[in-house]
Amino acid sequence: MVNRAASRRRIDLRWVGLLPFAVFAGLFLILPTLYIVVGAFRTPQGGFTFQNILDLNTPSIRSAYWVSIKVSFLSALFGCLIGFGMAAAITVGGLPKRIREPLLTFSGVASNFAGVPLAFAFIATIGPAGLITLWLRQDFGINLRAYGWNLLSTPGLIVTYLFFQIPLMVLIITPALDGLRREWREAASILGASAWQYWRMVGLPILFPSLLGTMALLFANAFGAVATAIALTGPSLNIAPILLFAQIRGDVLGSPNLGYALALGMIVITGLANALYIWLRTRSERWLK
Amino acid sequence: MMRVWAWGALLFGCMYFALPLIGMTEFSLSMRRGEYSFDAYRVVLADPRFQATFAYSVVMALVTIAFGVLLVVPTAYWVRLKLPKARPWVEFITLLPLVIPAIVVVFGYIRLYNTSSVLPLTGSVMGTNLLLMFGYATLALPYMYRSVDTGLRTIDVATLTEAAQSLGAGWVTILGRVILPNVLASVLSGAFLTFAIVIGEFTMAALLDRPAFGPYMQILGANRAYEPAALAVIAFGITWACMGLIGLVNRFSRHTQAKR
Amino acid sequence: MGFLDLDRLEKSFNETRVVRDFSLSVEKGEFVSFLGPSGCGKTTTLRMIAGFETPTSGAIRIGGQDVVNVKPNRRNIGMVFQSYALFPNLTVAQNVAFGLKVSGAPRDRIAARVDEMLAMIGLPDLGGRYPFQLSGGQQQRVALARALAPAPQVLLLDEPLSALDAQIRVSLRSEIRAIQQKLGITTIYVTHDQEEALSMSDRIVVMHKGIADQVGTPSEIYNSPATRFVASFIGTLNQVDAVVEDPANGTVEVGGQRLVLGRALGRARGARVALAVRPQALRIGAPGPGEVGLSARVVETQFLGAVQRIVVDLGGAPLSLDAFNRAGAHLPQTGSQVTLSAAAEDVLVLVD
Repeated sequence: MVNRAASRRRIDLRWVGLLPFAVFAGLFLILPTLYIVVGAFRTPQGGFTFQNILDLNTPSIRSAYWVSIKVSFLSALFGCLIGFGMAAAITVGGLPKRIREPLLTFSGVASNFAGVPLAFAFIATIGPAGLITLWLRQDFGINLRAYGWNLLSTPGLIVTYLFFQIPLMVLIITPALDGLRREWREAASILGASAWQYWRMVGLPILFPSLLGTMALLFANAFGAVATAIALTGPSLNIAPILLFAQIRGDVLGSPNLGYALALGMIVITGLANALYIWLRTRSERWLK
Repeated sequence: MMRVWAWGALLFGCMYFALPLIGMTEFSLSMRRGEYSFDAYRVVLADPRFQATFAYSVVMALVTIAFGVLLVVPTAYWVRLKLPKARPWVEFITLLPLVIPAIVVVFGYIRLYNTSSVLPLTGSVMGTNLLLMFGYATLALPYMYRSVDTGLRTIDVATLTEAAQSLGAGWVTILGRVILPNVLASVLSGAFLTFAIVIGEFTMAALLDRPAFGPYMQILGANRAYEPAALAVIAFGITWACMGLIGLVNRFSRHTQAKR
Repeated sequence: MGFLDLDRLEKSFNETRVVRDFSLSVEKGEFVSFLGPSGCGKTTTLRMIAGFETPTSGAIRIGGQDVVNVKPNRRNIGMVFQSYALFPNLTVAQNVAFGLKVSGAPRDRIAARVDEMLAMIGLPDLGGRYPFQLSGGQQQRVALARALAPAPQVLLLDEPLSALDAQIRVSLRSEIRAIQQKLGITTIYVTHDQEEALSMSDRIVVMHKGIADQVGTPSEIYNSPATRFVASFIGTLNQVDAVVEDPANGTVEVGGQRLVLGRALGRARGARVALAVRPQALRIGAPGPGEVGLSARVVETQFLGAVQRIVVDLGGAPLSLDAFNRAGAHLPQTGSQVTLSAAAEDVLVLVD
């Protein structure tokens, strides 16, 4: 009896050590999020409702989500393809080993170079008066604008996002490429497979969960990006994070609870993308253990 | 054949990275018509609002780092030592800020801690500063925690603790004089990354209406032509310096460990 | 000329000559082991045969055709790797089918061949499993089946058993040998384990510092090692320095005693040689007909279960001999002087 009481008290004491962290996470991470989630299902009077979710179905909000998803998806897709190409080049492409470390270091910098300054860099480069824009116009007589190029648009947003998406992909996929063992390639080769057959039947299938998972991560990464978009296009572009930004600042939707629903939609989308990432990761780790 | 593709992919990527950096640098030097000059930098650096917001963000970053270290190191240590069962949960929570967009978190802050709530943090300037700092701490949490936890993995936490206890050390001494020095490289890595994130952060500062460097850059970008490019170069330099310091710290700690 | 010919192979990495002047002719259906310590060049030689390394000079011929410039995927060779190297994303059956599939074989033939191979390795029901669901021994059997499925001309095995537990290693050893003999496939087997090489091979190549020290059948290698290295690497062997006194009738001087081996030595008078004798070839007692005898002092006796090992001192060099541990057999006292005998033909004269 005494023993059990003592052991119970010891267990209690151990958990006390987590109290500061639990209080912090509860107050500044979980509670605020829950407040939004619960608010999305409440009427202004406090009752339960699905109306806010249903009200998201307006042309303007629908389009905001759709453009956001499109930008995030395309920037994730191209980020994956180009990043994979670069990571493959420095791992299995037979390039000099000296290139590897500098590229990885640079990727660490570039993947963290997001937000407002990134937008400035692109405005200075391919904006209306940017370096490349002027150079093409003055030296080659090519007017980008005449070809429909506009940095302050969805394609412009994608091109800008790629600056942090590609290095992020390089950072995440390089270890996965390193995980491809030399023996697999040799075994395939000695069994008569060409390089292409090896990649199609062994290399890419092994990498596939990592590739798709990383793409989900890049998607979530782009979806939540606010600062770059605002600095690049101002409040004009109708994408979900900018709409939410405007809603928080000035209740442009005319209903606070609809704002919660808008935020909930964003959590759901990034949450799904991350769940996909985690699921695919465990799958690929099971193979390679 | 393979190598040609490899060089192609690499060169394409490098062009992609190099052009915007060249573009912003060139632009930042072109304020004076017809020649390169540092005018844009001079104007920016002399702007009192630049000085004020930059100082504000630096202070915020330092406070966030201090808070983050005080929160994360004991927690990660405690979880490793006493509560391995709680590890998946703690890890899950530390990764949540990567899943929940910052804008949603700050949205929750504004509604939860407004002037009519139980904890009216947004009611005063100091309270809002504090709230912003907590917000930054959540943003940095995934990086800080992972960095420290990786550092703890390389040392034998249990043995070090028992050794210190047998010599009569209390918890504060153990954490401050035994554990912290041993994971200093990891803590510093997390700290520099936190600095890089906080210094130019825009969303939270703008929505909480604090005079930070991020919103200042955005306002300047909407009104000026050359100064934003100069700011971008400065911001890139800061990011680069932070990453460089992380690399330096890691290399240094590897050397000292190898010597041991 | 054999089925697989290695002709004066050389391989250098930068300044290091990893394989030197390596010539070997392997008959069709023969099982040849490359035996040696790590870094002796055996794996490099194997990888040159597979085509993963290009020889610096020399030729590799399979069935009379020089394959040095043929890519690995055109050589029709099967290979089993130390780490199994099964494709983790494919099932056992898909792994075994891989070689046939890339060569474009019809589906029903592939299926039949996969069944045949899985039956051969004794895992007919595991076709649907993934490699991570198999034990190490099962994985290595699947790797063998995968290598054999396309019916290669030559099978290469690179330390295939070294990652496995001792018990599985022994059983898989005889299994591999049985399959090899049944298929009659020309096989090169790389190992650092002398027991493996001795028990499985038709012939063994003992390699040392990039050179083939000796090529011979297991009994030749064991009973008459040609060099000091081979002698010391294979089994336990006593070595003592000696000086040739009369090469014609094989008289040598060892630790102040004279030994007449009764055979021509082919060395000059006064040449320094090493005499070698296996512990189990020595016995205590006066020499009989055809035997030679030496006097030595007992240093210590070791009890090894079935065997008693007696260490004696012969002119400063330690010598051990094994005696069966029979009831009633009495061991000599430490420090006592004994006479050792061995058949003259069991005393080997080694070159460096």
